[in-house]
Amino acid sequence: MLEMRNISIDFPGVAALKNVNFHVEKGKIHALIGANGAGKSTLMKVLSGAYDHYRGDIYFHGKEAAIRSPKEAKQLGIQMVYQEVDTALIPYLTVGENIMLEKMIHGMGKKQLVNWKSLHRQAADILASLHVAISTHKRVDELTLAEKQMVLIARAISDQCKCLILDEPTAPLSQTETEELFRLIRLLKEKEVAVIFISHRLPELFAICEEITVMRNGELVMKEETSCTSPNDVITQMLGKTLDEQYPPHQASIGGTVLEVKGLSDAGIVKNLNIQVKKGEIVGIAGLVGAGKTEICQTLFGASPQTAGEMIVHGKKVNIASPSDAVRNGIVLVPEERRKGGMVVSESVTTNLTVSNMKRFSKFFSLIDFKKEKREAENMVQRLGIVTPSTETKVANLSGGNQQKVVIGKWLMGEADIYIFDEPTKGVDVGAKREIFGLITELAKQGKGVIYASSELADILGMTNRVYVVYDGEVVKEMETGSTNEAEILYYSTGGR
Amino acid sequence: MATEQTIVVNKQPVKKPFQLFDWLYKYGTIVTIGILITVFTWANPAFIEGENIINILRSISIVTIIAIGVTISLSINGFDLSVGSTASLANAIVISMFVWYSQNIVVALAAALAAALVVGAVNSLLIVKFKIPDMLTTLAMMFIIQGVALTYTKGATITQNMVMPDGTFAMGTISPVFEKIGQVPWIIIVMVVAVILVHIFLSYTKHGRYMYIIGGNQEAARLSGISVNKYKMIAYLLSAVCAAIGGTVLAARLMTAEINAGAPYLMDAVAAAFIGFAVFGAGKPNAVGTFIGAVLIGILQNGLVMMSVPYYAMDIVKGAVLAFALGLTYYKQK
Repeated sequence: MLEMRNISIDFPGVAALKNVNFHVEKGKIHALIGANGAGKSTLMKVLSGAYDHYRGDIYFHGKEAAIRSPKEAKQLGIQMVYQEVDTALIPYLTVGENIMLEKMIHGMGKKQLVNWKSLHRQAADILASLHVAISTHKRVDELTLAEKQMVLIARAISDQCKCLILDEPTAPLSQTETEELFRLIRLLKEKEVAVIFISHRLPELFAICEEITVMRNGELVMKEETSCTSPNDVITQMLGKTLDEQYPPHQASIGGTVLEVKGLSDAGIVKNLNIQVKKGEIVGIAGLVGAGKTEICQTLFGASPQTAGEMIVHGKKVNIASPSDAVRNGIVLVPEERRKGGMVVSESVTTNLTVSNMKRFSKFFSLIDFKKEKREAENMVQRLGIVTPSTETKVANLSGGNQQKVVIGKWLMGEADIYIFDEPTKGVDVGAKREIFGLITELAKQGKGVIYASSELADILGMTNRVYVVYDGEVVKEMETGSTNEAEILYYSTGGR
Repeated sequence: MATEQTIVVNKQPVKKPFQLFDWLYKYGTIVTIGILITVFTWANPAFIEGENIINILRSISIVTIIAIGVTISLSINGFDLSVGSTASLANAIVISMFVWYSQNIVVALAAALAAALVVGAVNSLLIVKFKIPDMLTTLAMMFIIQGVALTYTKGATITQNMVMPDGTFAMGTISPVFEKIGQVPWIIIVMVVAVILVHIFLSYTKHGRYMYIIGGNQEAARLSGISVNKYKMIAYLLSAVCAAIGGTVLAARLMTAEINAGAPYLMDAVAAAFIGFAVFGAGKPNAVGTFIGAVLIGILQNGLVMMSVPYYAMDIVKGAVLAFALGLTYYKQK
């Protein structure tokens, strides 16, 4: 029904898609899977009209269809439900208004007055056709995540919908909610809608999809009937031959336990976390995007409240209710989103480097010792090889890799025992990546305990001594890195038991 | 994904061509002050005489002190709208301590300070614990404090020898030392000291540094181990204290407590603080900039009076200057 031929797209410096051929049939559920950065989302964005600079052709019912804008995609009946449901909904409007949003924007024509009665009736009809029991008068911000997703799907089919793209719809859902979603997807299938289902969770894909397409490095590497393949095949295809990244050699001289975590939980996804970190050890936390790695890091650091469990640092039980408690106990975090949580872009390199150790740079009356501050900041810039015109440059003007070095440098200014890195190489170029790896191994050599959370399996294997695999907020497997491989980690990350 | 690294271009400081707009951003306020002085002097040479300059400085003292408080609240990316009411309250309390209760100057000042600390504490409680946005909290507090001040004075002006509700005359007198605070040179000295102290606090101490970091990125500040809530509280306490000092100086100058005497200072103070953002290209709230902003407003007001512009038209000019200054600040930020 829908066919994409030889689709290529470039972003400055990278070829994100290379001659991809992809087609879907009506009434079929189609799985799309691939590692992070494989190009799944990019391909689907092309299909939904988010990009206009791709090359290649799209055919719809055998006729050429130039999709260059979201509007054109929607006219053909291609609808996409993005992973971040909240960005697509207006929280203080009702369910009915949200479902009928596009009709209200495009479909009103010359009418100026809203016919509330018919709006809610139409919205209710759509929900009823999906067998979803949500009142159309309820405000969207009162809904659960799963219900919000239903609303978005309802909106997608409010117009004529021939092809529905779901981008990782199950990541935030519980088991029962997922089943509810599957029921809905099967219902759409009966209505002859083609569903493209992006997910990292293999068991789910095999449960609901009829066809599966695997992407890797911007290329389509496999397309198969689900019944003719197996999770292991898919994993092999996803990984392909991995490039040998140069990880610094790291002989661990592992000492006593510095951090022991028993039964730690947070208010949301983290459940009953039991981990240990020893001196000089790099411990990996592996898992797919949305598995709860970030939440684990945030909870360990006191940035999100701990609801149960205890943390023992150097054999002593500590109470960590806030990041400042964590820092005081020698636990520091390099957060995943450095722009949001790692640095103040409007401030200078110096200010960002010294923020957590101002005590060392203040004299009587808390006056700042600017000379000392500048000297040590310059030392750090040199030690980490941060490329910046001066220490007074605002970090907003540095490249991603150098920004990340500043964020790491902030914690090297003082003495900490446990370093938590959450996706430290995200958005960092290859050269800087290697330097960051070097820094992390250096820390381990100095006898620090390091927690390294990442969804890049190659990095986990290259960097860590031991690895905990996380699935749905829980550690499902602990392994020695030396005796495992990507396929095994991926197996557990995708829900294998 | 490799998108981020490609977007960020390393801006090396290669010899930049002269950029009029950047220059205007940094020095626009100073230039405007220069132009105003020239124009007003040309219109009336008495403008530049020492006496008039002292006059201008005296007239901006109270605005500056209150604006300095607003500046502190702005430094954490907050906003204190309750400063005008707090000044009114401090004014009423100080005068009433003297006139109604025949207290000495120490008790009078301490009472005003205590009231300010209560206001600051309530503000920060509502902002930190109840998470009401800063501007809305302090807007509500503005009304509450205004009402408290009115209730306290029973809606009347407090003066020496005023008639009390029971028909007797108020017996207390205002300390002559207190009266001095409201006169030259002390009124100017108080202002200058306040500006210098807050400037040192914000720019030279670690506490000020923390406040700017909180203002720049609250989440990053928190994840860097800064007690964000503590510093927010300090900011609102200091803001209220500055407002109370402003109200006290106002009391010393008027020697009475009129209804809502502090209210008109709110808008001038906010204007001064926002004009101060851009002075010398600081790009953030700062004490010296705020002072210069207050000078600009003071000169404008004084000069326009000298040129016999009617008082009722004054706000038009003031508002226009503020809009211009904000235009410079925000246009640049884009």
